[in-house]
Order: sequence, then C-alpha cells, then structure tokens
Amino acid sequence: MPRLDLSPTDLESILLRYGSDPTNLLQILREIQEFHGWIPPAVIDSLSQSLSLPRGHIEGVVGFYSFLHAEPIGQFRLLFSDNITDRMLGNQDLLEYLCNKLWLERGHVSEDGLASVDTTSCTGLCDQGPALLANGYAIPRLTRQRLDQIVELVLQKVPVTQWPSEMFLIEDNIRRSDILLGNNMQPGDALRAAIAQVCVPGSAVEAAANQRSWREGIPSVELCAPLSTLEEIKRSNLRGRGGAGFTTGLKWEACRNAADEPRYVVCNADEGEPGTFKDRVLLTAQANLLFEGMTICAYAIKAKHGFLYLRGEYRYLLETLNAVLEARRSANLLGNGILGQAEFDFDIKIHLGAGAYVCGEESALIESLEGKRGIPRNRPPYPVTHGYLQKPTTVNNVETFCAAALVALNGGDWYRRIGTTKSAGTKILSVSGDCARPGIYEYPFGVTVRQVLADCGAENTLAVQISGPSGVCIGADEFDRRIAFEDLATAGAFMVFDESRDMFEVARNFAHFFAHESCGFCTPCRVGTAMLKATMDKIAAGHGTQYDLAEIDQLNRILLQSAHCGLGHTACNPTLDTLKRFRPTYERRLKSLDFEPAFDLDGALATARRMTGRDDAGAHLSMETAEPLAAPPPDESGVLLARTES
Amino acid sequence: MSETFQLDGEDIPFAPGQTVLQAALSAGHYIPHLCYHPEFKPHGSCKVCTVKIGNRTAASCTMPAQAGLEIESNTEEMNALRRTLVQMLFAEGNHFCPSCEKSGNCELQALGSDLGVMTAGFRHFYPNRPVDASHPDILLDFNRCILCELCVRASCEVDEKCVFALSGRGITKHLVVNATSGKLADTDIALTDKAMQVCPVGVIIKKRVGFAVPIGERRYDQRPISAQALDDAPRPPSGSGVCQACEE
Amino acid sequence: MANTEQKKIRVATTSLAGCFGCHMSLLDIDERLFTLLEHVEFDRTPLTDIKHCGPCDVGLVEGGLCNAENVHVLREFRNNCKILVAVGACAVTGGLPAQRNHLDLADCLQEVYVTEISLHNGLIPNDPELPLPLDKVHPLHEVVKVDYFIPGCPPSADTLWKFLTDLLAGRTPTLGVELTRYD
Repeated sequence: MPRLDLSPTDLESILLRYGSDPTNLLQILREIQEFHGWIPPAVIDSLSQSLSLPRGHIEGVVGFYSFLHAEPIGQFRLLFSDNITDRMLGNQDLLEYLCNKLWLERGHVSEDGLASVDTTSCTGLCDQGPALLANGYAIPRLTRQRLDQIVELVLQKVPVTQWPSEMFLIEDNIRRSDILLGNNMQPGDALRAAIAQVCVPGSAVEAAANQRSWREGIPSVELCAPLSTLEEIKRSNLRGRGGAGFTTGLKWEACRNAADEPRYVVCNADEGEPGTFKDRVLLTAQANLLFEGMTICAYAIKAKHGFLYLRGEYRYLLETLNAVLEARRSANLLGNGILGQAEFDFDIKIHLGAGAYVCGEESALIESLEGKRGIPRNRPPYPVTHGYLQKPTTVNNVETFCAAALVALNGGDWYRRIGTTKSAGTKILSVSGDCARPGIYEYPFGVTVRQVLADCGAENTLAVQISGPSGVCIGADEFDRRIAFEDLATAGAFMVFDESRDMFEVARNFAHFFAHESCGFCTPCRVGTAMLKATMDKIAAGHGTQYDLAEIDQLNRILLQSAHCGLGHTACNPTLDTLKRFRPTYERRLKSLDFEPAFDLDGALATARRMTGRDDAGAHLSMETAEPLAAPPPDESGVLLARTES
Repeated sequence: MSETFQLDGEDIPFAPGQTVLQAALSAGHYIPHLCYHPEFKPHGSCKVCTVKIGNRTAASCTMPAQAGLEIESNTEEMNALRRTLVQMLFAEGNHFCPSCEKSGNCELQALGSDLGVMTAGFRHFYPNRPVDASHPDILLDFNRCILCELCVRASCEVDEKCVFALSGRGITKHLVVNATSGKLADTDIALTDKAMQVCPVGVIIKKRVGFAVPIGERRYDQRPISAQALDDAPRPPSGSGVCQACEE
Repeated sequence: MANTEQKKIRVATTSLAGCFGCHMSLLDIDERLFTLLEHVEFDRTPLTDIKHCGPCDVGLVEGGLCNAENVHVLREFRNNCKILVAVGACAVTGGLPAQRNHLDLADCLQEVYVTEISLHNGLIPNDPELPLPLDKVHPLHEVVKVDYFIPGCPPSADTLWKFLTDLLAGRTPTLGVELTRYD
C-alpha cells in the first residue's frame, strides 16, 4: 500500500539508488509513485533541484505516462484491462460491479481517498482475462467472487503486497512449442559456442577481421569470434519479431560499423500491442535465453551496456528477472570478462515503462530510457548510429534476442532451414478470443491461419485480428493465408472473433485505444485519432451517416500521408478493415438520412430543462433532421445556379 | 557547384546538412509551415510542410536534402492535406479570430486564408483551457495554442529559463508553465525574452498593446504569408540548440 | 440563354445567435444592391419581415446555434433552401457566443438569474415561449449539411458581393486570399 508520507530520507534513498542521474528520471518517478501513490508538487520541486532539471520538464514526464499521477489517485488503484478480449469476457460488467461495491464512480477517487477504479490499455493477459492491475500488479481471471475478495482487502486496507499470492498467479499457457519454447539450452551454452569460433583461413570472415583490425585497433584474432557470430546471425536470415521485420544481422552490423562508442543493446519488452502476450511468457519461461541473446548481441557489436525495457504492466516480473540477472552475474555470464574473455564486459539493467504504448516504437523507447516523454524521434539518424544518448544502439524484440541465442548455438544454416524461404525460423503467436485453448503457440513460419484456428479450437470463426489493432483484420475467405513476412507479417497477436461478435465494436475499441495512446506530438495523430474515436462513438450511438464514413476515409488518408510514426499510420486500419469486410455491421447503424448532427441535440438541452424545470414539447429537440434538397434542377432562367464542384 | 534537388520542377541548390524546407526557403521557394522557425532546429510536429517524393510523403522541415530528389509541394493533393491539417488545428483549440489580439499577425490564420480554408469542417472540440493572466505584463491564452513548442525551445535554448514545457499526451497534451503554482507570474520570464517573440499564434500576449495596429495594416493584411517566405529563410541559431524540456 | 423575363433567384436570410453584423455587411454592398435585385428576390429575411421560409434557391444564415429556436430555424432553412450558406464567424465557428462553451450552462443560469440581482425575482425563466439554451454553442455544420462557408466578422461587403456574383454566374464561389478573412 502506498505510504502517505514520503520523507526527505525516503526520497534521498531513491535518488541515491539512481545516482541522481536525470536519465533515470522515469525510474525515479516510478518508484516514488509506487512508494507514495502519487507524485506531489513538492516532490517535483525537490527532484527539480536534485536532478537539475526544469520543473516543467518533470511535470511533462509525469503527465505523459498513464501510471504516473500528479494528483492522489487513492491508496488502491484498480485498473481494468480494456482490450476487446477483456470486453468479450465481460470486463465492463465487472467494472461496474466493483464500482458499486466500493461505492465509487469510475475515474474518480472515492471520497475517503481509499480507492479509484478505471480502465487501462491491454495488460497482456488476454488468454486469462478479464484482468486488472492492483497498484500495478496484475490479477488475471476476474470473477465477481474474486472482486468480492478484492473489495474486502481494500476495505480492510491490506497492502497489495500482502494479498493472497494465488490471486496473482499467471499461467504461461504454452500450447505448442518448437525450437524456441522447446529448447533445453543451459545458460552460457550459446555464449560458449560463440566464443569458441575461429576464423577459417581464407574465409570472408577472416578477411573482414583483418580489415576491421586496422579500423578498430583490435588484433584480428580477437575479432574472429565476434565477427563469426555476426556472420551466423546474418546467414540465419533472422528478421525482427517486433512487427517491422528488419533483418537482424544487418541491424547488428550497422551498429557495429557505427564509429561512435559506447554502444548499447536494448531489448524492447514494451509489449503493448493489444492481444500480444508472447513476450510475457518468454520473460517468464525463457529469461535466460533472452539475456543470453542480448549478451550475444553485445559480443557481436562490442557493446558494454544493455537495457531491458520492461512494460509497466509486467512490473510483477521485475524481481524474478533481476534474480536471473544476478545468477548470470555469479556464473560469469554477465559483468566483466565474461567467460574469461578479457575484453568482454557487458551488463544489463532493467528499466520499467509506465503505461505508454507508443514507447514500443524503438526511438520513443529510447527517449523513455533516457527518462523523457516517449516521443518518437525524427529519422534519420537511426538508433544504430544515434540511439541511447545519441550513441549506436541495437534495439530488438524479446523474441528476436531469444532466436539470436539459438542461432549462435546451432548456426545460421540450421536456423534458415526452418520456416519459409523469406521468413526463417519460428513465430510465437499469442492466441486469444473465441477459442477453446487460448495461449501461446510457436509455429515454423508459413503456418496457415486455418491451422492455428484448428489447433486452438476455434469454431464458427468470423474474423481474426492479426498483429493487433495496428495489424490486419481478416475474414473467413482469407484463412488460408500464411503467417510469414511475405503474407501476414505479425508481432504475434492473434485475436479470434466468432460469428456472435460485432466487428464494429471491435474496431471501436481499437479506435479508443489509439486515441488514448497517441503521444500527441504531431497534428494529424493527436487530432485525427480523437476525431476517429468521436466518429465511431457517433456511429455507435445510432447517429452515423455516409458522411461519417467519408470522414473516416479522409482521416485515414491524412494519417497515412502525414503522421509522425506507425501509431498514426495504422490508427484507421481496424476501422477500414472491418468496413471493407463487414460493411453491414456499419450500415445497420447508419441513418438512411444524409446528415446527422454531430452531437445529441436533445441531450444538449438537458441542463436547461433541469434548471428551468421544463419538460414541455418546446423543451425538446428531435434528432429528426433537415435534409438537403436534391441537386438543383436545371435552370431555365439562363442564370446557372448549381454547385459546381471543380 | 552545389548539388540540387527538384521542387515542383525547379532546381533547388542546398548546402550539406540542410533540410528540404531550409533549402527551399533559402532559395526563395515557399513551402507552407507552422512549427518551423528559422532560428531553431526543425522538429516536424505540425506536418503542414509535408511534401511528396515519388510515392511517399515526408515533413520537408526534417527531411535531409539529397541530390536528385524530385519533390512535389505546390500540388492540389499536398495543399488539400495542408488545408485539413490547418482545419484540425482550428477544430482542436478555441480560435476566435474576431476577438484575438494576434489577428492579422497570426500565422495559423494567415496560412488558413492563404490555403483557402473556409471552415474548420470538423466538429469543434471546444476544450476548456483557462487563461493565465497572473503576470502583470503578459497574458497566456492557451485556447489558441497549436503545440508547436517554439516557446518551449526559445525559452530553453535562447533565454535559458525553460519557462514553458509540455505535459499530457494525445488530445490532452498541453503547455505548462515552469512554476510550482503553474502561474506565469511565478516565473522569471521577461518581456525581452525570445520566448515572447516566437509564438506563431496568440498564446503569449503582451498586455495593454493589443489591437494597436488598425485592420488593413497588420502583417498579413499587407501580403499573404506565402509572399513573405524569404523572411523565414534559415539564419544562424540564436541559442545553444540544447533544450532539456522540448521533445526533440 | 437570354430570356427577357429571367426567373429570379429566391434568397432567404436569417440571423441565429449572431449580431446582424453580417446583414449590415450585406446592406453595405450599397448601390450594387440594385444590380443584385435584378437577379434576386427575397423570401424570409429581416428585410421582408416574412416569418417563414418557403422553397428557395439560396439560404444565407448568420450566427451560430445557441438555443432550440436556432435549431428549428436552421432546419427550416435546410429543408427549403437548395444551397445553404454559413455566413460569418458565428455561423462558421460558433464565434463570440461560443466563448461561453468552457462554462457550465447550469452555473451560468445560476449566476445570472439566482446569485446576482436579476430582473426575474431570483428565478430562472421557465416560460414555454422562451427557447431553451443548448449546453454549448455550435456552428451550423455540426447540425445540418452546409454547402458553403463565408468566414469573417463580418465578411466584408466585397466578400459577400464576390460570393453572390460567383454563385449567380454559376461559378464555384472562390474568395481568394484577399477576401478570406477570419476577423
């Protein structure tokens, strides 16, 4: 439970742990938030002093992240995950139930300051929802009984850390394993394999080592193993698993080639795309493999520092992951002189996010790592040359690093033989929604959607949302399409909707998501996502018309042409995809009329009715609306009177 | 001979390190823009300067100039995009030109008029943004803010005061003042600050001097904004170029 | 083309939540009014004192929507006018009246009629004859489809003249940067 007092000593000890380093601002604020429950103005003032940062800058960072609060939000903050899959599992009823039980209104702190209840973006527990975060800690499989239990604990003011541990039990739900989830590698195996490599005389690697030896000032014999590792990664055709699919070997090589130092290895574990939870399982079940992959990367690109950027929703994994890191340090798999290699120093720090989807974009993630608002940077320059603190940085997804460790162990040729010609290896899918066996499925690339649906026990499937809201929504006639970069590229989300579902509501949920997560940097996304949300709500309220559909098309064009990053580019996708494939669900809601007011006219008189006590006919406005006349008739007078659209 | 790229069919020379917009303005060619200011590093948030290069589009203020590029700017397609972006800004804030001291000298207004924007078109957001009149000489009217960050950058990089910063995100993103009270009166801002001079709209206003210039004689009454392009040509930065509080 | 007896274009005008400044600007086209009247006849307008609008070619609407009555009148115009034009800042953006939009309507009514000394014995007027205020002031295009917008507070006489002559000549009205003013 958050403490009500935050003494100067408490603050000092937090600052001390982070070396009073401004780049740790987000971590410092997150700890204050966790310790104290909010970030009071006086604390911002003293941070401004100790970190030599303008107060406004700190306020800006607090204001950017959903999980940081400049106002008290209650001793207990209960946030329902609000992905469409949580909705399908009844989270809205449960939210209302909890609010009633706690005698509070959603979004408002209870009068006694005890608790607040609200929603948050997908928490990555779609296979075991509905879920909520209690002071940042995830609780899956909510039921009314579970909520009754939570209400008791809240009313008795039992700190969340003392709530029964079985409430927080999160399942891996691994349903299908392949090379990655099924590996039995021991910590250090891949690193030992990488280090043991030697240059074959006359090989390309040897030539490269000689060339670099001169440029990097390192004896060529010492370069053989790292460069061979790089070569194996390139040979494997491994491509990034975060969605964009950039070739990993080329990224690593570009980073190694960047002249500046030090270099950084960053793992993107900000798994925010709704419906995606495979990184959570990898972090739980394959943490060693992940850290091994990061260390392999450090070895290949000659980096000394690594970060794991862990999304705030996965706060509960922090202690376990730190323990894994500690064990690896003890085993000489991290730290100085790794496995006895004199020049091989590397360690990994974990940075926690604080509720911002956009930080999954690699340059925004780097900004966030630097303790700032998570705004995507202008590119070029790219992170491989100007990343963390403007130094060369390799950012990869959790799954990519895991795969890289396997490549280092078993070789690039072994890896590229798995999957399809253009998509080497396996892909882990996070399957959720209408199916008998939601969970984690690892397949070689090339598997059909139909196969996945059969394996997870989906019946009467209407649609599948591949790769989350920013991905693509496909209907039954496309189920023979394949999971692969050349067909359905995906970061892993696989949300199944059966014939009972209303795809308009799915798209509306996603429109709300994008509006909530837009960073607000660029005009088109900041304003456009808010407009899209309003338009979808207007259609949902039964006031939509063809004009509104035309406006969505216009917004999409604007966002595609001018948004700053992928969030804006893809924000209209769910709406356009479902509009294309499931148009009747929209048309059913549209008025036959040409035009409908942008707001509820009669509702706009409600306040005046209440204040005047009137309820006569004149005190109401029907939504029945004025229709423009048809196009003007041909004009006989010789004065042409027509709307000429040039 | 310096290298060139093509802008609407004309050769534009550029110096190494210049962006497309900077090179175009230096050569006397106008590309509509709002958040760009010749004395600050471009950051590309308003997107009004978006241009087309083949099949893709990019903000010309941040796009590095490269030899041989073929760029379209003054086309109906790009101008339609700009009109919509300007409409979005009008719908987002509370822009009541008739009662604004900045009217006639406002870049948003001048740009709208030059692009032929007749209406915000979209539903207005009508956000609630209280003004800050705490300072004896300066009024802050946040209703008109288009979040270009120029005041943030000017105050940090030139004035070295960081009086302004941005908070919130998405549609709730907003300007904040660097004081515990959040009030401008509690900052060390001065009338002579660079931050006082850069607001393209009517947020940062000197008190008691509004409406002094009669209609017809204000900056954009004289000539449209597109005809004043050279005034915006790149010039050496007046500050350190380092800013703690801004986003880029 | 040249019928000697040209059928005149029927025009209606009204002011909703506006100040009649746009109407004054229309009168300001001065002697050009005579030319205009060769082509135009007026239906409902403050100039004719016709109370309801019949079928018209063009409706010029000044002012935004601040109460239920404004909505009824606007709908009458939309239902009767082939071309509906939002004239002036208030019709286009809500304008000056919309500057109350950040205030809570209940607070306004309370303040004006109850808290402060008022002409209404401390009661909020509730006569059914009075139109109820909307909780926010809106521009026209948020309630009906609007065909053309003429910004300005008010649009100048030249602006209105340019717009009307373009329209009468069958051209898409274009004001150009000179006449496109928002103040």
